Amino acid sequence: MTNTAQKRMVQFRIYRYDPDQDAKPYMQDISVELESTERKLLDAIVKLKVQDDSISFRRSCREGVCGSDAMNINGKNGLACLTEIDTLKQPIVLRPLPGLPVIRDLIVDMTQFFKQYHSIKPYLINHDHPPERERLQSPEEREELNGLYECILCACCSTACPSFWWNPDKFVGPAGLLAAYRFIADTRDQATNERLDNLEDPYRLFRCHTIMNCVDACPKGLNPTKAIGKIKEIMVRRMV
Amino acid sequence: MTIPIRKFDAIIVGAGGAGLRAAIQLSEAGLKTAVLTKVFPTRSHTVAAQGGVAASLGNSEEDHWHWHMYDTVKGSDWLGDQDAIEFMCREANEVVVELEHYGMPFDRLDNGRIYQRPFGGHMSNFGEKPVRRSCAAADRTGHAMLHAMYQRNIKVNTQFFVEWMALDLIRDAEGEVLGVTAMDMETGEVAMFHAKATIFATGGAGRIYYSSTNAFINTGDGLGMAARAGIPLEDMEFWQFHPTGVAGAGVLITEGVRGEGGILRNSSGERFMERYAPNAKDLASRDVVSRAMVTEINEGRGCGPERDFVLLDITHLDPKTIMQRLPGIREIAIQFAGVDCIKDPIPVVPTCHYQMGGIPTNYLGQVVMPTSSGSQTNAPVPGFYAAGECACASVHGANRLGTNSLLDLLVFGKSAGASAVEYLKQAPRAHKPLPQEAIDRSLARLDRLNTQKDGASVHESRLAMQRAMQNHCGVFRFSDKLKQGVERIVDIERQIAATEIQDKSQVFNTARLEALELDNMIEVAKATMVSAEARKESRGAHVRDDAIDSAERPNGRDDKNWLKHSLWFKDGNGNRLEYKPVVMSPLTVETIELKTRAY
Ligand SMILES: Cc1cc2nc3c(=O)[nH]c(=O)nc-3n(C[C@H](O)[C@H](O)[C@H](O)COP(=O)(O)OP(=O)(O)OC[C@H]3O[C@@H](n4cnc5c(N)ncnc54)[C@H](O)[C@@H]3O)c2cc1C
Ligand code: SF4
Ligand code: SF4
Ligand code: FES
Repeated sequence: MTNTAQKRMVQFRIYRYDPDQDAKPYMQDISVELESTERKLLDAIVKLKVQDDSISFRRSCREGVCGSDAMNINGKNGLACLTEIDTLKQPIVLRPLPGLPVIRDLIVDMTQFFKQYHSIKPYLINHDHPPERERLQSPEEREELNGLYECILCACCSTACPSFWWNPDKFVGPAGLLAAYRFIADTRDQATNERLDNLEDPYRLFRCHTIMNCVDACPKGLNPTKAIGKIKEIMVRRMV
Repeated sequence: MTIPIRKFDAIIVGAGGAGLRAAIQLSEAGLKTAVLTKVFPTRSHTVAAQGGVAASLGNSEEDHWHWHMYDTVKGSDWLGDQDAIEFMCREANEVVVELEHYGMPFDRLDNGRIYQRPFGGHMSNFGEKPVRRSCAAADRTGHAMLHAMYQRNIKVNTQFFVEWMALDLIRDAEGEVLGVTAMDMETGEVAMFHAKATIFATGGAGRIYYSSTNAFINTGDGLGMAARAGIPLEDMEFWQFHPTGVAGAGVLITEGVRGEGGILRNSSGERFMERYAPNAKDLASRDVVSRAMVTEINEGRGCGPERDFVLLDITHLDPKTIMQRLPGIREIAIQFAGVDCIKDPIPVVPTCHYQMGGIPTNYLGQVVMPTSSGSQTNAPVPGFYAAGECACASVHGANRLGTNSLLDLLVFGKSAGASAVEYLKQAPRAHKPLPQEAIDRSLARLDRLNTQKDGASVHESRLAMQRAMQNHCGVFRFSDKLKQGVERIVDIERQIAATEIQDKSQVFNTARLEALELDNMIEVAKATMVSAEARKESRGAHVRDDAIDSAERPNGRDDKNWLKHSLWFKDGNGNRLEYKPVVMSPLTVETIELKTRAY
């Protein structure tokens, strides 16, 4: 196997805040020795928690598919489980995702993020009576969903988006808009007009100023900006 | 302290594939339902499933549910219940098509139908040759499925309690199940969820092993809760070791890779599966492939400096196929093995993956157990249902076929939901009163964690348990090691009864959650070790050194004495085993008769 680093000490600065005990947030300096096989940031944080069991964060799959362990790593949003430690400058500064209320340490309250996701009706709408068998879709039509359906709802994108920071209650944000386009692009969905109506609003869609932070932040390599552009395009076409 | 009580018609614990499928059933029936989950629904471990879901749609070539049934019975090494297996294979097409209607983005064939790929152990015409039966969305089938089902639940307005951890099952003196106690992880608030029907869909416990493809949250909570409430655990000695976990990292490489043409090679580059399974080769059943790999490694033909892994080779495949059908695998190989599988083979080892056993159920999703008089072996526990990996229907018997688990959670999630709906309709009645002591067990557990001094660390005790499981109850099992393993686990159990945490905060206290999870894991570990030590034969995933291989006992399988399910009971501080017969009669077709299992 390539890429195996040696046993090494790694320094961290971690955002700490427990509303139960702390008057205000503070940064904790802490370090940990890692084995050569421990390569991902999540491995290190899990090990830090052995030293100090009060360090709080979410995690589950440890392979980049569940979206639990999004955090701000040296100023950039990402998933701890997919981040290679040895590429990071030390001390590694860990903060909760920006722009959302902090529950504790690296755990943020994602209510607003999910509210926006739910607001775009993230489910297939098809009023026809379902056929006996599967609905047909050509491989080319199915391919339109690539780059859209893979979203893991980690919120790295939306919490890197200035428009979302300022208007989390009004702007759907990149993740929600990517999901909206996922259904618009699906040949089985019949609610395109309804979906566009739902977004035709000075805030919901049009707060996106194509700053591209979201694309940069997405750990799954998805491109919300492109999806947003496509929605805007269809909307313009609908108007003329 | 007054503990709030929340009343529902039904509660579901777990929002993975099984829980979400059951929830659709209950919400569509208009019942007041609460779904409790430790993590946001789409973070459940179903999201990690890669390869596909089995259904004999026959989109690419002729297929039949009866062939699927045969393969599943054979895969189970005849320990699966044939009524449940028939039910699952017959229902498969319907539940997969439903999923498509919910919006699942399956890959497609040129004619617009769902794409299907071959998978280990799935054959046409009663075991003749591999058949394309696995319905897939690239190598992200679980992700696509879980999101589609969560989305459907939004549509039907299911009520979720996200980041609520269920602590204990509430059962009254008559044995009826009346809900659960649970904790709001964010605030530490404890509440009772009072229900007329309770469905467990809490997933597997793969984390009891040191090396596992499973997520951190797969700690067997449902099994722990059931065991503490006097419900037995069935066939816990059967754990599937997946042949291809990334060496060192544990992350899974789907069998779909071999379905697409991937080949396992030893240090001399030999395709060694040709020797072990001349017919199915790399697509033999998982237990067979895992044992072949361990044998290669043990006999010195492993790869790498320590000769401790073998190679999974897809360098001969068209890079276009890899990018289209296995994009997630390429990502995993780069991320966790440091190789680009288009150019280099991936180092893999058998890794703990799936729990075949669980809470005993019938094919209707009802939890069943022997009556105390012994007059009935499969009496439904009133008000209690289970589905998915936490349940044992038993369709997987001694060894699960790949893609049958996603199918299991669809079929039995649906049937458990439907049975609960039926139960509530048939006997409309008020909530039964909660027993006085319903909350006591949970409060005592929390109280102990708050006050424990000089206790063991959660991390150390968990590690000790994981190592014991790995060393004493792995791919190959040895009678002396199993005996020591039982003693070891009892020791560790004592340690775990006195775990100590430093963090005493009420707010999102993950140290406390891990300690509570460990209470569940140790029940599962003990059930596994004790059941494995007791089963004196080799069958499916359970292979012992002292099982005699003879004409009457092909491959060490002893049908005369061991064609039966184990039932492990937690009994106060001790435990005991009972057994019950395997259901050999299917619902409508003839019994699939016992045969030697060869691929
Ligand atoms: C890496 C990997 C790949 C796989 N690939 C395939 C495949 O291709 N095909 C296939 O058929 N099978 C596959 N499997 C197996 C299959 O994915 C699982 O068996 C299945 O997804 C389990 O689903 P479930 O609904 O039973 O549980 P899970 O999806 O694990 O969900 C469990 C749920 O229970 C909740 N929960 C647990 N405890 C509590 C508690 N105390 N309180 C509240 N909530 C709780 C969790 O929050 C979660 O929502 C794979 C497994 C793994 C590990
Ligand atoms: S491109 Fe739009 S959505 Fe993405 S970060 Fe910029 S403003 Fe936000
Ligand atoms: S688009 Fe990317 S960054 Fe945004 S939520 Fe989805 S996976 Fe995360
Ligand atoms: S732990 Fe699941 S995405 Fe990182």
